[in-house]
Amino acid sequence: MGADLNAILPEIVLAVYAMLALVGAVYTGKDQVASLLLWATSAVMLALALWIGLNGEGTTVAFNGMFVDDAFARFAKVTILVSAAAVLLMSEGYMTQKGLLRFEYPMLVALAAVGMMVMVSAGDLMALYMGLELQSLALYVVASLRRDSAKSTEAGLKYFVLGALSSGLLLYGASLVYGYSGTTLFSGIIQTAVHGDVSIGLLFGLVFLIAGFGFKVSAVPFHMWTPDVYEGSPTPVTAFFATAPKVAAMALFARVMHDAFGGAVKDWQQVVALLSVLSMFLGAIAAIGQTNIKRLMAFSSIAHMGYALIGLAAGNEAGVQAMLVYMAIYVTMNVGTFAFILMMEKDGQPVTDISSLNNYAKKEPAKALALLVLMFSLAGVPPMLGFFAKFGVWMAGVEAGLVWLVVASAVASAIGAYYYLRIVFFMYFGEDRGDTLDGGKSPVLWGFLMASAAVMVIGIVNLFGIEGAAAAAATALVN
Amino acid sequence: MDNLLSITLAIPALAALILALFLRGEDEAAQRNAKWLALIATTATFLISLFILFGFDAQNTGFQFLEEGEWIMGLQYKLGVDGISVLFVMLTTFMMPLTILASWDVKVRVKEYMIAFLLLETLMLGVFMALDLVLFYLFFEAGLIPMFLIIGIWGGANRIYASFKFFLYTFLGSVLMLVAMVAMYVDAQTTDIEVLLNHQFQFETFNLLGVQVVGGLQTLMFIAFFASFAVKMPMWPVHTWLPDAHVQAPTAGSVVLAAILLKMGGYGFLRFSLPMFPVGSEVMAPLVLWMSAIAIVYTSLVALVQEDMKKLIAYSSVAHMGFVTMGIFTANQQGVDGAIFQMISHGFISGALFLCVGVIYDRMHTREIDAYGGLVTRMPAYAMIFMLFTMANVGLPGTSGFVGEFLTLMATFQVNTWVAAIATTGVIFSAAYALWLYRRVVMGDLIKESLKTIQDMTSRERWIFAPLVVMTLLLGVYPALVLDVIGPSVEALVSNYDTALNEAAAATLVAENN
Repeated sequence: MGADLNAILPEIVLAVYAMLALVGAVYTGKDQVASLLLWATSAVMLALALWIGLNGEGTTVAFNGMFVDDAFARFAKVTILVSAAAVLLMSEGYMTQKGLLRFEYPMLVALAAVGMMVMVSAGDLMALYMGLELQSLALYVVASLRRDSAKSTEAGLKYFVLGALSSGLLLYGASLVYGYSGTTLFSGIIQTAVHGDVSIGLLFGLVFLIAGFGFKVSAVPFHMWTPDVYEGSPTPVTAFFATAPKVAAMALFARVMHDAFGGAVKDWQQVVALLSVLSMFLGAIAAIGQTNIKRLMAFSSIAHMGYALIGLAAGNEAGVQAMLVYMAIYVTMNVGTFAFILMMEKDGQPVTDISSLNNYAKKEPAKALALLVLMFSLAGVPPMLGFFAKFGVWMAGVEAGLVWLVVASAVASAIGAYYYLRIVFFMYFGEDRGDTLDGGKSPVLWGFLMASAAVMVIGIVNLFGIEGAAAAAATALVN
Repeated sequence: MDNLLSITLAIPALAALILALFLRGEDEAAQRNAKWLALIATTATFLISLFILFGFDAQNTGFQFLEEGEWIMGLQYKLGVDGISVLFVMLTTFMMPLTILASWDVKVRVKEYMIAFLLLETLMLGVFMALDLVLFYLFFEAGLIPMFLIIGIWGGANRIYASFKFFLYTFLGSVLMLVAMVAMYVDAQTTDIEVLLNHQFQFETFNLLGVQVVGGLQTLMFIAFFASFAVKMPMWPVHTWLPDAHVQAPTAGSVVLAAILLKMGGYGFLRFSLPMFPVGSEVMAPLVLWMSAIAIVYTSLVALVQEDMKKLIAYSSVAHMGFVTMGIFTANQQGVDGAIFQMISHGFISGALFLCVGVIYDRMHTREIDAYGGLVTRMPAYAMIFMLFTMANVGLPGTSGFVGEFLTLMATFQVNTWVAAIATTGVIFSAAYALWLYRRVVMGDLIKESLKTIQDMTSRERWIFAPLVVMTLLLGVYPALVLDVIGPSVEALVSNYDTALNEAAAATLVAENN
């Protein structure tokens, strides 16, 4: 029992911290301590990330296989915790200004993080569902954090209804899988799910599970909630949605596919490849007409999930490694981009219309340059790191024989380049109309923007060791 | 100096970094500093690159000045030059100081302008030096970013359309090439160009979606690379981005585009398509030859009816690039020699022609041919220089333009007489449009009021043209300067190509007999 608890210690620490802080805040200053709590939560998360990153070793299976602590889970957890902490730090200024900085906010983010950590470590369908719901419930609430805004409550409600539907699909799939394999443990399922010998019921269960995961990673055709939720939620919350939960859902997806259905790659490969190709094209084409940068980023994230899914569809170790590297780079790019979006203000009011960026490069050359780097990186143009992310998944895809998927994604990335270029176009080629945005003075946001842009350029020299960690993670998962 | 290539590569980038980080302000002094720093950096790059040229051993057909290092994702940082690439490196370093000088009168965002050009130089040099597939692709694609900004920020009235068209056209072509590169890596397990040059990719005919692909994988890879290089070149019918980009780009942007960026396509054919996919090249060569012939005639005719000077020269560039692709895919010594010579010479000539347009555009702010006439009375020196480059563009013997065209035509005649015959008519058309342009702009009476006060070239402008004049005439009367450098490498390329084809034919024969 002690060893079991030891394996799950980071999750326990974060959960206990969240609940204690919640109680503490209720009995003391409530919203007056919100700022303090926000910093403390970020610090706890960063400390845990450091702890997990440095301390973890080997593979530990706890609670009779319900919980797995391996290199794969650790990679995902570190990415989740660091990005969640970064988004929390970024949100302080905006939330204070909008009067949204309630003490529940950092706590909900922390609880969502606990859920995500359980998700990526799940070794059993029950543990999976518990983690997923803990995450989702916390996310539904933060989406509607701005109670007096119709759009924000709409976002929360939409997210909740569709999220509940997806959970239902997932549960139905899980019950079918349990019914036809006789166990909820991944290590048990994998013995039943052998390619060529998969029963039709198990196959149905698998497809329903994939549909549920499709919702969580917002892959087409399960993406409908994404643009509305991204647009309606307060911007820092959107930034959060675009980063940590995506990593968690993607990691969970990979975990189930490889740990539970690793023997039946051929059975799910086409499904995942289809999700991937649809996401890439819809993300690329639907974003062209967007004028709201948050909606644009929603479609961008749909497209990026499509690229990352190529790595999963490859169904091999190289694919998982490429996918993890992709997610890490994707999160870094998004943190920087959302730091910029949070700074988009005119006369003290946040704006989200991309045409308001008109002539921005003249006023703020450094920030414009940083966003330019991020946009080209998101578009996958070398020499930015975003290109290497794509290159990695393509290599895995070709190796797995999915050449058609890789060619399709090449075409989609050329289409998608257009809307990233449009942002550059507004900033650099716009006429001087005398209505440029305010400077935006937050040093925290400025720092995140510059750091992430710098990573996009400097990262091509050695990737900061992410590659090795991702390789170890992939080995741990696939074998 | 073990890392001469890296040093050459780094100088412009370092200068750009210094400009970006340390130069503040928009005032006169800051602008002057930016210009001078850019000029000094590009000149220094040229001087250092001279060490490459003089240290280069033409008889050695392998890669020289090799540099290798570990890189991310199992790739490597590997640079080197051989007889095919060394002159392109020289062309780049030679043209860049001239383009900086030609932009001396830029007034808007001078610092950013210079940074863009300096970065562009590094990236262009990288293309010609890279010996790793992905490193090549990185430089090849990254060049789009500064060029996109150069056209979009400092371009003409319709610059937005032109910059987007430029970027998306070339980007789409290139991502397909990247897919082929990934496939090459998976097949050969290396991205080292030096190794890949000796790797025979599969050429067994197979069935793809009901279509028999003759030449197999090699043909598919050839097509993927072709998609990228043909757009970059540009070849008919995917040339339409070029006139738009040229017309809208600032003068210096046009010069770089015509003189260097277009050469990346031709270089790519010589570095990848021909040596790495010989079977695929052989399958596709007739098609490419005919496309080249059509390009030469069609774009020459289109050039005839242009009313915009830059557009006319842009179409003439497409026609001249037709000679290059034609020469390359004859796959014999004369053809490839001629193609490389034509690219180098076109670098000088088309660059100079765009500069000629720039000279009068700076004065009159119009590129309409009809707005000019009789310039010779007010601008004798300009008339003289413009005539020299018009003649070189036509391919008059004694100028460098003649050598390349003659060699490629002669080589094509041996391979496909009809293509050669059609392409030769292009030479006549080029005389027609070039001389007609010259007559309308320079000759005749000076009757337009607005032109009555036009000034002849300043000494700065004359100095820009001087090196170009020298090179055009020098290479025209003594082409051995170029041919001696490229000769042995081209010979090796052609003989490897023939050997590979013979081996492939023998292997196919054996397979059929079994």
